[in-house]
Amino acid sequence: MKVIYTDVLVIGGGLAGLRLAIGAKRRGHDAIILSLVPAKRSHSKAAQGGMQASLANVTKGQGDNEDVHFEDTVRGSDWGADQEVVRMFVNTSPKAVRELAAWGVPWSRVRKGDRQVVINGQKVTITERDEAHGTVAQRDFGGTKKWRTCYVADATGHAMLTAVADRAIAESIPVHERMEALALIHDGGRCLGAVVRNLVTGEVLAYVAKATAIATGGAGRLYRNTTNAVICEGIGHAIAMETGVAALGNMEAVQFHPTAIFPAGILVTEGCRGDGGLLKDASGHRFMPDYEPEKKELASRDVVSRRMEEHIKKGNGAKSRFGEHLWLDITLLGEHHIHHNLREVWDICHYFLGVDPVKDLIAVRPAQHYTMGGVRTKPTGESPTLKGLFAAGEAACWDMHGFNRLGGNSVAETVVAGMIVGEFIADFCDKSENAATVPVGLVQEFVEREKAKLDEIVNRRNGEDPSAIKLEMQDLMTANVGIFRTGPELQAAVDGLQKLLARARNVGVRSSAPGPNPELVTAYRVQKMIRLALTIAYGALTRTESRGAHFRSDYPRRNDAEWLKRTLATWKGDSDTLPTLNYEPLDPRRMELPPGWRGYGAKDYIDHPDTPARAAEIEKIKASGAAGDRIALQRALMPYDHLLPPVLRGRNERIDEPL
Amino acid sequence: MAEVKAARTLTFKILRYNPRVPGDKPRLQSYQLEEADGMTLFIALNEIRDKQDASLAFDFVCRAGICGSCAMTIDGRPGLACRTLTKNLGAEITLAPLPVFELIADLSVDTGKWMRGMSERLQTWVHMKQEEIDLKRIEDRMDPDLAEEIFELDRCIECGCCVAGCGTARMREDFVGAVGLNKVARFRLDPRDKRTDDDYYELVGDDAGVFGCMSLLGCHDVCPKQLPLQTQIAFLRRKMVLQGTKG
Repeated sequence: MKVIYTDVLVIGGGLAGLRLAIGAKRRGHDAIILSLVPAKRSHSKAAQGGMQASLANVTKGQGDNEDVHFEDTVRGSDWGADQEVVRMFVNTSPKAVRELAAWGVPWSRVRKGDRQVVINGQKVTITERDEAHGTVAQRDFGGTKKWRTCYVADATGHAMLTAVADRAIAESIPVHERMEALALIHDGGRCLGAVVRNLVTGEVLAYVAKATAIATGGAGRLYRNTTNAVICEGIGHAIAMETGVAALGNMEAVQFHPTAIFPAGILVTEGCRGDGGLLKDASGHRFMPDYEPEKKELASRDVVSRRMEEHIKKGNGAKSRFGEHLWLDITLLGEHHIHHNLREVWDICHYFLGVDPVKDLIAVRPAQHYTMGGVRTKPTGESPTLKGLFAAGEAACWDMHGFNRLGGNSVAETVVAGMIVGEFIADFCDKSENAATVPVGLVQEFVEREKAKLDEIVNRRNGEDPSAIKLEMQDLMTANVGIFRTGPELQAAVDGLQKLLARARNVGVRSSAPGPNPELVTAYRVQKMIRLALTIAYGALTRTESRGAHFRSDYPRRNDAEWLKRTLATWKGDSDTLPTLNYEPLDPRRMELPPGWRGYGAKDYIDHPDTPARAAEIEKIKASGAAGDRIALQRALMPYDHLLPPVLRGRNERIDEPL
Repeated sequence: MAEVKAARTLTFKILRYNPRVPGDKPRLQSYQLEEADGMTLFIALNEIRDKQDASLAFDFVCRAGICGSCAMTIDGRPGLACRTLTKNLGAEITLAPLPVFELIADLSVDTGKWMRGMSERLQTWVHMKQEEIDLKRIEDRMDPDLAEEIFELDRCIECGCCVAGCGTARMREDFVGAVGLNKVARFRLDPRDKRTDDDYYELVGDDAGVFGCMSLLGCHDVCPKQLPLQTQIAFLRRKMVLQGTKG
């Protein structure tokens, strides 16, 4: 049995995993990153439009600060987020942009003087300040009060991932490529590493570590129509849940992005609308102002996606041989802007649709985009139930997105979580009591168990076809667990998935050749994926309210009285066919921003009994003026500074807010 | 009404070889597939694997032309398979793995290992003037045009097409390729990097570096991101000649 030892085992080579490993390494702990693909090919690469950080450099961002970013994020989450974590995030995000600037990310910069932009369909001239010239620029994004999204043209994730992956090389952090974690090694209370399969040779080995971190991104490939890369199959989520100890939070919260190109499902950035692009229907009518007079095209993604599907249902979709869709119009932005700030969008339109967005409309329809749910952790990134297991980024639920994530907050979260959790992992490894004593027998037992499962699949003759099962699962999810959900459809999904799970236990492969075996990979992943799909569908069936991206047509109101709580799912036994669900209440009495109207979307909701009292209390504190400036007031409402690692505490300088 | 044309039947001739199967020999294997509207090589190869041959190995990740995983030789020319539409190809399509890189199996090659080696050798990261960054302070300012110029070169996705299309890379195993030279050009441009031409000369001032380039410029022709490789290599060579003749 081959065993590799390290201090920190990071599963996933995207931005979160890389940044976390760099943090641990800088504190003197060895880290190894496992990645399905070369790190620079991770799905972080696909982030286009930018990352939110309240730098307030551009004119339209003036007045922005952590408080505004906090409120936008909590409203976006439909009050599902952990507000302390949101505070940690918004205070660290400007630091993350500035660190990345020093590491070489070629952020687009502010140019002083007049420039023409498109706002609400109109050409407008805005003037950038002399003193902001050359600082990092921001663009507009959905669900935000200020222009806050920092960007590198529309290849922000690409530029960030290139810089951070190269930084990891500079720090001599090994990335073990084409390696897949099959199971976490644990004793029921302590995580000790993972059983790992080499995707090139087929070898199964063990990695033993003091701390193990899951940074495997999202699970979009549970759906047929998704913007996610083909590697985003949720295996990191699944192996955490399969411990029976670690829990997944809010898996029913799934985001659909309004502008995936139709029918290929490839993303075109929210920056298209942020920069002034419009959504139009079959007759060329701009319909969003009819539904959302306040934010129009730039309401949060859950709201825009729902309005688009609603508009199609009313018969306003453009028809094509693949089905109905709507149009994204960026022609009004002009050739220069598209060729400089939206060049990936131009490429995608050119290569996949055969159209030129400078003069043609882009066919779009919402598609699965983001997994808000993930491995439930404390604000430190550590699982509250499985010691030594950490998670960061899209794979985690610490939980800053609640039931809907804002555009620009995910790629920001990856590096911010990497910075924060990296420090806490280092703290964990610093403690002598956390030295991993390696129970060789336990490691062996886990390795043998995984090998036996693989052998069973390889030796099964005439088993079920894994790719056919996967396709059925994806179709069930897309048809029944989508943007609009109802009890009967969700029940049908749960029933169908349970049947599929039974069949998936009987998968076989046609080829047992050594070396890379793509069919075997599908075969062992599909069982995990169906469990995860069941967790989403069952969680959605059980949650009889609408919140953020989880919309129940049969329960259209947000119901804080009964559902201001986080779903926690565990998978207790190998033979179980449903997850075990528990709920963790969110307490309005501790919130800085008690639940209310989001500023867009539905206005009716059922209040939590404690909300009015907390709202009154906050008003009183604000009115008294006793707290002082905005920082002091915030501290009076919900202190969070103590939750951050010491090196990341402290205010952020702005042009209008010198330190 | 638009004329309805009968769908073409495409023949894919794919170079098959799994070096881990004892006795396996490289061979061209044919598959037939009915073309569909908007079909890309990503769609076609997955359909072949799902319906005809589960053992076929290839790499895709983003399937949107941005991650660089799926470079392969398409009818003899290196390119990204995910964004290659079959309608732009003939009815017979020949696919082979990229040359130069270590073969994993069939169409899958190990570009990751090659790129990591190149990055370590050329130290493809900003060598900061001071390692300590005050994260609370406003970032250092940069001219917006310069930021855009750096980004222009930073768009490389390390797909390996330029290396596969390079004459020198076929002859010299240690040649850093256009990908490596472009990275040096990128950091040379970046005022945040403290390295000088003296340092860069140490890295690429030889036949494994910029002087190994024979100016065939296959790299420039096949780069899927249309990076200005021709001008960058020529410019870097002039600078390195100057540096080399200085002392």
